[in-house]
Amino acid sequence: MAAPRIGVFVCHCGTNIGGIVNVPEVVEYAKTLPYVAHAEANLYTCSEEGISSIKHGIKEYDLNRVVVASCTPRTHQPLFRNACADAGLNPYLFEFVNIREQCSWIHMQNRREATEKAKELVKMGVAKARWLDAQEKFESEVYPAAMVIGGGVAGMSAALNLANQGFEVHLVEKEPQLGGRLPKLNRIFTINKDPSELVGSMVKAVEGHSKIRLHMPAVVKAASGYIGNFDVSVDGGGKEVSFKTGVIIVATGAQVLKPKLYRYGELANVLTQFDLEQRLKDGGPGEFQNVVMINCVGSRIPERPYCSRVCCMTAIKNAALMKEINPEAKVYVLYRDLMTYGVEFEEYYRKSKEVGVRFIRYTPSKPPQVIGTEKVESVKVYDELMGMELELPCDLMVLATPLIPNDDNEELSKMLKVTIGDGGFFLEAHIKLRPVEFSMDGIYVGGTCRWPADIRESIAQGYAAASEAAIPLRQGLVEVEAITAIVDPKICQGCGICALVCPFDAIELKESEIRGLEGKVVSEVNTALCKGCGLCTAACPNGAVQQRGFTDMQLMSMVNALSGKR
Amino acid sequence: MQDNKEVQSEFKPKILAFCCNWCAYAGADLAGVSRFQMPTDVRVIRVMCSGRVPPELIIRALANGLDGVMVLGCHPGECHYSDGNYLTRRRVHILKRLLSYIGIEPERLQLRWVSASEGAKFAAVVKEATDKLTALGPNRWVDKK
Repeated sequence: MAAPRIGVFVCHCGTNIGGIVNVPEVVEYAKTLPYVAHAEANLYTCSEEGISSIKHGIKEYDLNRVVVASCTPRTHQPLFRNACADAGLNPYLFEFVNIREQCSWIHMQNRREATEKAKELVKMGVAKARWLDAQEKFESEVYPAAMVIGGGVAGMSAALNLANQGFEVHLVEKEPQLGGRLPKLNRIFTINKDPSELVGSMVKAVEGHSKIRLHMPAVVKAASGYIGNFDVSVDGGGKEVSFKTGVIIVATGAQVLKPKLYRYGELANVLTQFDLEQRLKDGGPGEFQNVVMINCVGSRIPERPYCSRVCCMTAIKNAALMKEINPEAKVYVLYRDLMTYGVEFEEYYRKSKEVGVRFIRYTPSKPPQVIGTEKVESVKVYDELMGMELELPCDLMVLATPLIPNDDNEELSKMLKVTIGDGGFFLEAHIKLRPVEFSMDGIYVGGTCRWPADIRESIAQGYAAASEAAIPLRQGLVEVEAITAIVDPKICQGCGICALVCPFDAIELKESEIRGLEGKVVSEVNTALCKGCGLCTAACPNGAVQQRGFTDMQLMSMVNALSGKR
Repeated sequence: MQDNKEVQSEFKPKILAFCCNWCAYAGADLAGVSRFQMPTDVRVIRVMCSGRVPPELIIRALANGLDGVMVLGCHPGECHYSDGNYLTRRRVHILKRLLSYIGIEPERLQLRWVSASEGAKFAAVVKEATDKLTALGPNRWVDKK
């Protein structure tokens, strides 16, 4: 093989890396490293311009190894590998160095040390790249079925979408009925219709679909495997069912916060918007003359900094509805900011003002005060726009509380090895570019388990997740990363330790049929079963088994690069 | 004595962390996405499973003079490859005794579990290791030899 000629592309990622790490300095340093034939900086290596500079660099400088120092291999590795392949370089002659998630973003206060760290990380990447080998890709079959977890609108949309495309779908719902939170609501905002109309037809379609197998009430007990080949077991009230699936969609929804604020739970006439919906559905709210609604109760605070997206519209909907039930009533909505984006929402807000709903802006530094001992009698609020304190009579107080993550998100995230974010909602692979996928291949996400969303958005996300999930199902084959193990039969002594530690029974001891080694008992890897964990490589006493992409030589050269030895 | 203290406070350990792709590396990414700030002394090598890390790599790192090696994997029972982290646990346990035998402080090798959702834990583990190894001082094994 030709002598290594390594090209290093260091990404500024706008200011994400470049604002902390001195990228030109890293580039200059990279040029001094062994076998580096070219190094350059890119504003965004993942942009069209960055990709073409990789392709150009490969040709111009006759590169036979590429190192990109940018973000995490867990998102952009396929992109850069494809760029290499497009330029005629085997995609496995590419190495990723993470200087964003694991450098610039976590050392924002220390630019000097962050730059030094980035240089060392690049040095390690280059050291590994020198030992990379070209590999042939391997394809594995996709089991043509999907599992959708969660039978709310997002989950049902996803399940119906896939089932209508002809795929077998396992829909797992933990409650004894479908629909999620929706059937408990009174009206849907902007169209003011009973949600059962919407959800009823959907439930019927799901229940009657020959391709959908409903597990309800049931929870996912265990899941293992990888894209195309997951083994799942589901517990339905003590009865366990196991099945295979190629893809998984997580659409488990969220729950409504029950606040410990404004004496909720203490005073009988304090409700959440969700309580009010149920009361309206079950025959009405009773007598009322003065309604005070408070928005952002438990959201947009340091503990829970996000906007829950649906509460402003819910408050507007119910405020107008209260005026409709009793036109004589006074209905106030105390808000911090009103989020009524787009045409219909703004129109809905305007109409609510026309029917007489009053909106008063408060600030979190002077929150409304509840007056009353047995029940709420009035609410004191500092009207920020008028600059004065008001006391509003009140016989019904309604709190708009946010959607919060389900309690079992953590458990499910561990089982599926998908990420959840800071606040406890599931976290997609990329905030902008991959909104309905997890970074774990073959697992997708949609609906309010990811973030508060309204019905329309949940349905759209369910469809989006289904269409992403349909890609591998339709293709029938997924490319498996060439990181499986290979055995050098000349070195192998046939001790069988590798076979012993292999969790997948992918290694067998066999008599070799290779010329010159006939009859020698050596290990043989079944590539279709090998999942590329590398346990065998670590266990082999002779270095005869090597995990491709993570060979002893590659890892050792990284260790040596870091510790200053060549 | 005064001098000694100053030297100690300026000492910054050089630490290598092996992170498994599925849990610890994802947790490290999450720490980054969440902008959790942490000491700069740890350098990560990504492996697919913590069970891929053989004793040779760890010993070489320490023999070359690195001040600490961390092996970070999935929590017990959560290994992507079902039981790779159990092998890691046994291996690290035995290796610590060997390190002690050859005169390397066994505290220089640390095994921790970090899941994909534990960005904050990754930051805490890095901080804890950095503090511990700073307190322990430079790895003098090479000099001793």
